[in-house]
Amino acid sequence: MMSAALPAEPVEGLPDSLPDSLPDAAALHTASQWQLMRIKFRKHRLAVWSGWVILALYGVATFCEIVAPYSLDQDHLAYMHAPPQRLRWMGPDGVHLWPFVYGLEGVRHPETLRTIYADDHSRTYPLQLFVRGEPYEFWGLIETDIHLFGVAEGGTLFLLGTDAVGRDMLTRIIYGSRISLTVGLIGVALSFTFGLLIGAVSGYYGGWVDNMIQRLIEVLRSFPSIPLWMALSASLPADWSPLKVYFGITVVLSFLGWTGLARVVRGKILSLREEDYATAALLAGASQGRVMVRHLLPGFASHIIVSLTLTLPNMILGETALSFLGLGLRPPITSWGVLLKEAQNVQAVALQPWLLTPALFVIIAVLAFNFVGDGLRDAADPYSR
Amino acid sequence: MLALILRRVLWMFPTLWIISIISFALIQLPPGDYLTSYITALEETGETVSLEQVAALRKRYNLDEPFVLQYSKWLNDLLPFGFRRAEDGAYLTVAHEDGRRSINWPWFKWPDLGTSFEWNRPVGELIGERLLLTMTISIFTLLFTWALAIPIGIYSAVRQYSWGDYTFSVLGFIGLATPNFLLALVFMYIGYSVFGVSAGGLFSAAYENAPWSMDRFWDLLAHMWIPVIVIGTSGTAGLIRVMRGNLLDELPKQYVMTARAKGVSPVKLLLKYPVRVALNPLVSTIGWVLPGIVSGSVIVSVVLGLPTVGPLLLRALENQDMYLAGSMVMILSFLTVIGTLISDILLLLLDPRIRYESRSR
Repeated sequence: MMSAALPAEPVEGLPDSLPDSLPDAAALHTASQWQLMRIKFRKHRLAVWSGWVILALYGVATFCEIVAPYSLDQDHLAYMHAPPQRLRWMGPDGVHLWPFVYGLEGVRHPETLRTIYADDHSRTYPLQLFVRGEPYEFWGLIETDIHLFGVAEGGTLFLLGTDAVGRDMLTRIIYGSRISLTVGLIGVALSFTFGLLIGAVSGYYGGWVDNMIQRLIEVLRSFPSIPLWMALSASLPADWSPLKVYFGITVVLSFLGWTGLARVVRGKILSLREEDYATAALLAGASQGRVMVRHLLPGFASHIIVSLTLTLPNMILGETALSFLGLGLRPPITSWGVLLKEAQNVQAVALQPWLLTPALFVIIAVLAFNFVGDGLRDAADPYSR
Repeated sequence: MLALILRRVLWMFPTLWIISIISFALIQLPPGDYLTSYITALEETGETVSLEQVAALRKRYNLDEPFVLQYSKWLNDLLPFGFRRAEDGAYLTVAHEDGRRSINWPWFKWPDLGTSFEWNRPVGELIGERLLLTMTISIFTLLFTWALAIPIGIYSAVRQYSWGDYTFSVLGFIGLATPNFLLALVFMYIGYSVFGVSAGGLFSAAYENAPWSMDRFWDLLAHMWIPVIVIGTSGTAGLIRVMRGNLLDELPKQYVMTARAKGVSPVKLLLKYPVRVALNPLVSTIGWVLPGIVSGSVIVSVVLGLPTVGPLLLRALENQDMYLAGSMVMILSFLTVIGTLISDILLLLLDPRIRYESRSR
């Protein structure tokens, strides 16, 4: 908004040349709102790093068939509940330059009859990149059997252990990330649409419409979310296909999610439409719709982005919680919550603690989103401090 | 100020009314009802159910009536003022012994939460103690959250960017990101693998079904710290950040400097002025902390097997035990609304600015 009115100065690419400690005052004054945000965001180291973590997670989710060392339902009945295998650099013959794993050997415990796994030091399998393994269809388009990493035939690579039927946990977590991370995205997209529409209507028309919508939001917010979500997802018919359940859950999660966004949008519109430039645009003959989209929307777009970034982790947590309770996604869909449901049993967790590893990924994803949201929130207000 | 409180209290009624509609609609959503699934289950085991029996049950629970009628009856039963349900299930009229019927006037009565299909017992009886325990845990969690968050928040603000501040920030963020039920699992895991005991439950075996006594209460307190910590972590993390942010806004203000210049000791000054101002927004956050605590308690209770409403609600939802589930969702929301109301009134008492603003209106 500012830069448009000021005499043209080469602002393009300036943020890169700006010294971090002492930004050139003139350049700062002519920088657009988004450029200011970018400058400010980059200073928030943790947020930038978290941004990379999120990108990496979504990268893995996108290419999960390739990244995962096995395919989703590939079970290894000889290796049930195998503990995580360690990548090793030190072998019997000295230090290796490339990591390898030992062969896995299961021995039945004479008393408890549980299978105890031990490393077979006579067999070593070096970690290989782009190794041939189980064939799969990438995105249902390309048929191939190349996995990003793995070990040669005969060896096993269970970096995070296996589950009750010998499926590789890492593979399942990688596939689960596709579901868990996109549930949030779609849920946020839905919340975004509803929140933006309802918030805009509420803020723009004001009066009794505004009053009604605000009361409704208040009511929805006073519901404790988990019981509400539980009731909603319990109402999804049991005979629905996995895909339908998946979309049902996203709708359930956005049932409460839109309220926060609608509030932000309404508040911003209420304050912005009183601004002189909005009146000026109206007087200059711009239509209501144009004023809204062209003049008001850029004013609070950054706040919407912040709000969205902070809603996403809640959705991920919501999905995890619901699936954990058995009310959300169900196998054969694999999500982090579904995986954690298998770790519900304390005895199982005590004996096979690696079943809890999906939790680590949930925490990392949620933390990263929170940090990015935090950084964006600071950055969205470039004139502060 | 009284007018403001009164207005706030009056607003509660439409809110609760909408909540009741949503609660009832929610539990009506699933296709079929408890009886259809119950009958299918019975027939699968080879038992036959007579049609008459089914019809009687359907009538008893108003299952074949339209939504609005079912809802109205449920709401009427729920309220402390309304029509008393007659023996034959009629509401508007009362049958007399001589066969005459007269109008049934609405009057004060005991609220009736309906009957649970599965347990075949009044809902009120089923959830009474569980609700009490849920509330106890929620209140203790709230107190725990505050007791931890306020001092840490003050410390983090006063010693901004110190090691302690960073440590608490990181811990707080991790607490925020860890789902409650996961923490519960971890606690159970530690309890099981280190101490060899399960961390679940709220009572020792000896007091499990004992009547209430001082000893049982102490036993409860001894067991409650795990769920309280587990449920409280995420809320604590959020509150520390709010407290720290608020105090950081207050500290550079001129009145602080003036008081310092006049020789007020730092600790006294800090506690007397900026902390008090910074506490206000904290009180107003009860409104959103409370729903979080209640939902947290529901899911944590399922994991830890606590005798609160959580596991019962999960079961009721799974079995389409609609009156039980609906009443529980309704009561949980009701308690949250009451909690929010209390926090609003507290805020009015605490913050003169809001009082004056309302007076000038």
